[in-house]
Amino acid sequence: MIEGPHLKQAVRRLLGPAEPEVGCDACFEELDRYVELELAGEDADAAVPGLRAHLDGCPACREEHDSLHAFVAGDQQR
Amino acid sequence: MSALDTATVGIVEPVVPLIAPTKPQRSALDAESQEWLRSLRLEDTREEAIARLHALLLRAARFEVARRRPALPHLRGNDLDDIATEAADDALMSVLRRLDDFRGASRFTTWVYKFALLEASSKLRKRAWQGREVPLEPEGWGTFSSTSLEPDAELEQSELLITLQNAIAEVLTPHQRSVLVALALNGVPIDVLAERLNTNRGALYKTLHDARRKLRKHLDERGLALDNWLEER
Repeated sequence: MIEGPHLKQAVRRLLGPAEPEVGCDACFEELDRYVELELAGEDADAAVPGLRAHLDGCPACREEHDSLHAFVAGDQQR
Repeated sequence: MSALDTATVGIVEPVVPLIAPTKPQRSALDAESQEWLRSLRLEDTREEAIARLHALLLRAARFEVARRRPALPHLRGNDLDDIATEAADDALMSVLRRLDDFRGASRFTTWVYKFALLEASSKLRKRAWQGREVPLEPEGWGTFSSTSLEPDAELEQSELLITLQNAIAEVLTPHQRSVLVALALNGVPIDVLAERLNTNRGALYKTLHDARRKLRKHLDERGLALDNWLEER
């Protein structure tokens, strides 16, 4: 049974982001630039419009973003 | 062919961008990135540079495997290391094939890492679903419930859920419905579904996006604005 907060999560997954978004291929093309801007504390969302919305709508791209972010952050501290 | 295509199997549909991506100016390359490109292109240094590149890619692939290991208890250490090595090998091929595409929008190492992480995560998602049936039909349509809500909200949201379920059944094409249900309701990873349907990730996401737009339009036309409700945690 899907209830309460899980219900909202399920509806969010069904409806996806409200904002315009890029597709998976454009996300992959821009991911390295986006992550470096994030790690530099710059406005990555302004520099790459539509990528944040895509990450909200695509779990696979979100996982790859989170991995690259974590790996590059760790690499910078080595 | 994009790296996303090579991480799936076959390409049968065109990939249409949802909105046009921005194209940054070509950046001046940092010294380390220049050195990587130079040594990968010069015959005298190429072999040694490829070996160094493979080591970098393998480190990134192993990082991804280690991150996901808790979710893959049935895989043994040897299996996981094989997956990391395969991911690094495939990423190396993609990077060498696409070397001229590197625009210097990031450091060269960040650019190559994303190929290794994509290959590793895609292989791990596929391995996790190996031998499992991919459900394309709703696994529990009647399972949406608003019983934990306040009475007024419950009535409003019951209407919303009925409208949403009807829209999925009536407004979408059969292909859009299958893709939406598999990806958004049943939690099938997009690259797993792409492999089973012999298509690619970009084309599937376009189908998902179109289905979502249709559902939103249908709800909007019936005065069911959802975004405020969805933003409340």
